[in-house]
Amino acid sequence: MAIRVNGTDIEPPADARISLLDLLRERLHLTGTKVGCNQGACGACTVLVDGRRVLSCLTLAVQADGRSVTTIEGLGADGLHPLQSAFIAHDGLQCGYCTPGQICAAAAMLAEVEAGVPSYVTRDLADDNVTLSREEVRERMSGNLCRCGAHNGIVDAILAVASERTA
Amino acid sequence: MRPFDYHRAATAAEAIHLPPLKGRRWLGGGTNLIDLMRKGVEHPAALVDISDLPGAIEEAADGSVVIGAAARNSAVAAHPLVRTRYPMLARALLAGASAQVRNMATVGGNLMQRTRCLYFADAAGSRCNKRIPGSGCDARDGFTRYHAILGISPECIAAHPSDMAVALAALDARVHVGSAAGTRTIALTDFHCLPGDHPDIETVLSPTELILAVELPPSQLAARSDYRKVRDRASYAFALVSVAAGMLLDGDRITDIRIALGGVATKPWRALRAEAVLRGERASPEAFLRAAEAELADALPLPGNAFKVELTKRTLAAVLTRLSGDAA
Repeated sequence: MAIRVNGTDIEPPADARISLLDLLRERLHLTGTKVGCNQGACGACTVLVDGRRVLSCLTLAVQADGRSVTTIEGLGADGLHPLQSAFIAHDGLQCGYCTPGQICAAAAMLAEVEAGVPSYVTRDLADDNVTLSREEVRERMSGNLCRCGAHNGIVDAILAVASERTA
Repeated sequence: MRPFDYHRAATAAEAIHLPPLKGRRWLGGGTNLIDLMRKGVEHPAALVDISDLPGAIEEAADGSVVIGAAARNSAVAAHPLVRTRYPMLARALLAGASAQVRNMATVGGNLMQRTRCLYFADAAGSRCNKRIPGSGCDARDGFTRYHAILGISPECIAAHPSDMAVALAALDARVHVGSAAGTRTIALTDFHCLPGDHPDIETVLSPTELILAVELPPSQLAARSDYRKVRDRASYAFALVSVAAGMLLDGDRITDIRIALGGVATKPWRALRAEAVLRGERASPEAFLRAAEAELADALPLPGNAFKVELTKRTLAAVLTRLSGDAA
């Protein structure tokens, strides 16, 4: 078995205590993924495992064995990802520390919306067609904190990418 | 974090037939357990990863919906059967944590999660009867805004943190568990223990038992149900108060009702007293308030969380008013 990180197979660590976050940063030197709270409260360490957004700080690296992990380096491997361009265009960042987690989370979030996944603020839970309002984006992105307060730009950037896709 | 052995189980049968080992724990999504291991609250000798076991969500022959214990919270919330037949459960799941955590957390793990009492998590600095039985409780004279007012004991006032389990309590869900000795089924409302003088004992499960599935019985009233969560920020916060409720009406007469409360109790709190007041009653704001007052008659608030008595009454009345539509 192996952990596939951005398309490359990695041997899982022998020490089960190593988090996926530490494996990425300290062993693979993929430092785009950030250490924020290291306790599941801030979202800075968000990566995609088999396409779903998860917190790498609370994931043991061995739990990712046999799975595919995508980090910000993987999302931006072929030039800027549309979300990266939109974050730049809409001032979706100031210091940039939360940005990789924000963008990984947003990429998965847009896929969830396309799959018809509801949120707590979705009025009709039975409706598969989610209209992505500001309120919806704020709720769906609430797991990613930005201490610089760039949230309005982040919402703008995500809505811009979403409208490009549906246009 | 102390070293531990890790093993991923391929099947539930494999997991429950592993040779006995003291200090072995099941690992679901890890969103709570890994955090508590890092904080020095939990120190298992071994983890058996059961997050890969079947998480199917299926309708049984009798019309109930059976959810595999390893189903992720996000998968349950998004499932058409849950969204259409048990909206209070979908809404409760979507109210919990963040999208990332919901993608990780399993249904079985959600039931087994520990309290978020800050004094419980502070292994280095605080006394806690739940963490170390008999050591005392620093919460009682501390910051109690997030603590319980129902089901508390002199030893423990820690609130149960789950949103999902509150909806499951209202829905009469049943928990299927298994061990090498066989299987059994436990009503969700009997699954968690009141703290009493043993707050370290939180569920009726033995250490060798594994949650296999959660069963939602068919329910006519569940289709007309909702979950409302009141918290200190609009999203990604634990409940100060939450209400799961479902109602059946014949005209303006309440023919059946289920209510459970979260954020205010030491376990997912089925509000049987409030239900008894309302069953057969005409839906009205006065009846809703009477029901809320009956449920909270035995509340034991502390100065830091006394506001929850009134907040619970108002939240409950608001949810029931909404569910009753034009009837009230």
